Amino acid sequence: MSRPMETLFEASRAGRVGYALPPLDVPGVDCGEALQGACRENAPRLPEMAEVDVIRHFTGLSRMNYSVDEGFYPLGSCTMKYNPKINEAAARMPGFSRIHPLQPEETVQGALELMYILSDMLAEITGMDAVTLQPAAGAHGEQTGLMMIKAWHESRGDTKRTKIIVPDSAHGTNPASASVTGFDAVEVASDEEGMVDLEALRALMDDTVAGLMLTNPNTLGIFEKHILELTETVHRGGGLVYYDGANANAIMGKARPGDMGFDVLHLNLHKTFSTPHGGGGPGSGAVGVKAELEPFLPAPVIVKKGYRFGLERLKDRPRSIGRVRSFFGNFGVLVRAYTYIRTLGAAGIVEASEMAVLNANYLAKKLSSLYPLAHKGWCMHEFVLNGGPLKHETGVSSLDVAKALIDAGYHPPTVYFPLIVPEALMVEPTETESRETLDRFAEAMEAIAAKARKEGPEAFHDLPVTTPVSRPDETTAARNPILRWQFDENS
Amino acid sequence: MTKIPQDLRYTRDHEWIRIDGASGVMGITDYAQHAMGDIVYVELPEVGRQVKAGEDFIVVESVKGANDVFSPVSGKVAEVNEDLDGAPELLNEDPYANWLVKLEPSDPKEMDSLLDPAAYAKLVEELEAENE
Repeated sequence: MSRPMETLFEASRAGRVGYALPPLDVPGVDCGEALQGACRENAPRLPEMAEVDVIRHFTGLSRMNYSVDEGFYPLGSCTMKYNPKINEAAARMPGFSRIHPLQPEETVQGALELMYILSDMLAEITGMDAVTLQPAAGAHGEQTGLMMIKAWHESRGDTKRTKIIVPDSAHGTNPASASVTGFDAVEVASDEEGMVDLEALRALMDDTVAGLMLTNPNTLGIFEKHILELTETVHRGGGLVYYDGANANAIMGKARPGDMGFDVLHLNLHKTFSTPHGGGGPGSGAVGVKAELEPFLPAPVIVKKGYRFGLERLKDRPRSIGRVRSFFGNFGVLVRAYTYIRTLGAAGIVEASEMAVLNANYLAKKLSSLYPLAHKGWCMHEFVLNGGPLKHETGVSSLDVAKALIDAGYHPPTVYFPLIVPEALMVEPTETESRETLDRFAEAMEAIAAKARKEGPEAFHDLPVTTPVSRPDETTAARNPILRWQFDENS
Repeated sequence: MTKIPQDLRYTRDHEWIRIDGASGVMGITDYAQHAMGDIVYVELPEVGRQVKAGEDFIVVESVKGANDVFSPVSGKVAEVNEDLDGAPELLNEDPYANWLVKLEPSDPKEMDSLLDPAAYAKLVEELEAENE
């Protein structure tokens, strides 16, 4: 086991530098005078290091990382599929990487065309009429979509709709986005099969409900059987239905949210359309709408005029909710998503979903004798195991299982989510994994269950042993977060 | 063993309440604190806020996630437990001694729809059996 690395601040030595400048050969200027008091009084406390030590520091950090390029990453709900390297090659082409968003339109026609076609392809895949690429990630897409729902109701003079209904199995971002947009989030329960309780939804639906947010397949990896009744119920009550595309990897090319009755949706291009994610971004949360909501899309909107591409700005789109992101969103991510769709083609997109669902069901079947499935029947692209029985029998919790998986060389599944399954282990293998990889992972899970039965919980307490820090003290970190380096003020 | 004091009323969402004349005091149950795990943050409502029975008005965050706490009855928030500020672990240590808010209930009849200790004990028993 290696020890935690020194931080840059600990490694810093006064006066050590990574450069050598020639002597000053022009008259010196007093900074404070020249900047008329805007100059700071003390120098920033930046680490002082030699170049070689900086390089070793960051190279060392990168080697502690775990990525999908290194191994299997079945982190449920996150769609950690392999990202083909051709995406990177395309994103680095100078025509995409060496342009500026303030360049005149006629000099960036290629970039505008790419975004125009990508919007079109995403609209086709989802069954929507128009798409904006501005939102920077999924939750941002949710907020953008909800702002348009709000604007739509207000444009009709309907101002008493203050509630958004969210299922109890939803991603935590759904109620948070509703709240940030100024709605009250109201929860609707799941039935015994893990699907939205239609009767409960009917009871909640009235003229104060602006809409319903739904993930389909839902967080348990189950396709909502009553999806048409659900969307109809909301529409009849005067609300709109929002599709959280977090799980779109299960259905792309197979079923379209637009055909299911959804009015607004977001897609996580960084999940479903294979652009790198994790570590905070950049992501892309493209938002699609039906024609009725198109006037409310964030401006500027890319339009095609004959053979040319141009922009419709806010002044041309008076009902637009305005800009939600600087310039055009995370453009480099859009190039990667475009490349992915073009590489797979229409048939490949369908096959990717099929393989995602096949892989999930294959692995679910292999694991379900050790860790029962939270819900019976076929799953879509991911499944939730219940670690409760193993914990009850052996005292080994799902957290212990996850830590043991790290030592076995895997990124663990999502644990303790969704909240409606205690000891949940949420596994999403994705379509890019081979049968051999899935078999090896199942063997690792079997070995962990066998170890739990044979050796009990004590054998797990010190796991993982292969990481620089074994078990971070999550409780203290959450109760007393220390978010930056603490300088010794006396030194 | 999950503690269920005999002198309290309970909700199906694992809140407890004690009514004493015109004032009530409420918190989360032992089952709730145990299910949540280490509690790391409590977001209390403003004093004076009017709440309806079943309305979410407190958030209790644990290492596992954020949980809404629902008001057992309708009424006005009279006082919040400021001891919890900076010491959320008190809820894990003793969720009955460490209350969340004091309420002025507006409709005493609502108490009748809450669970008595025996009914709540039965609910907890069912949930524990389900999770095994």
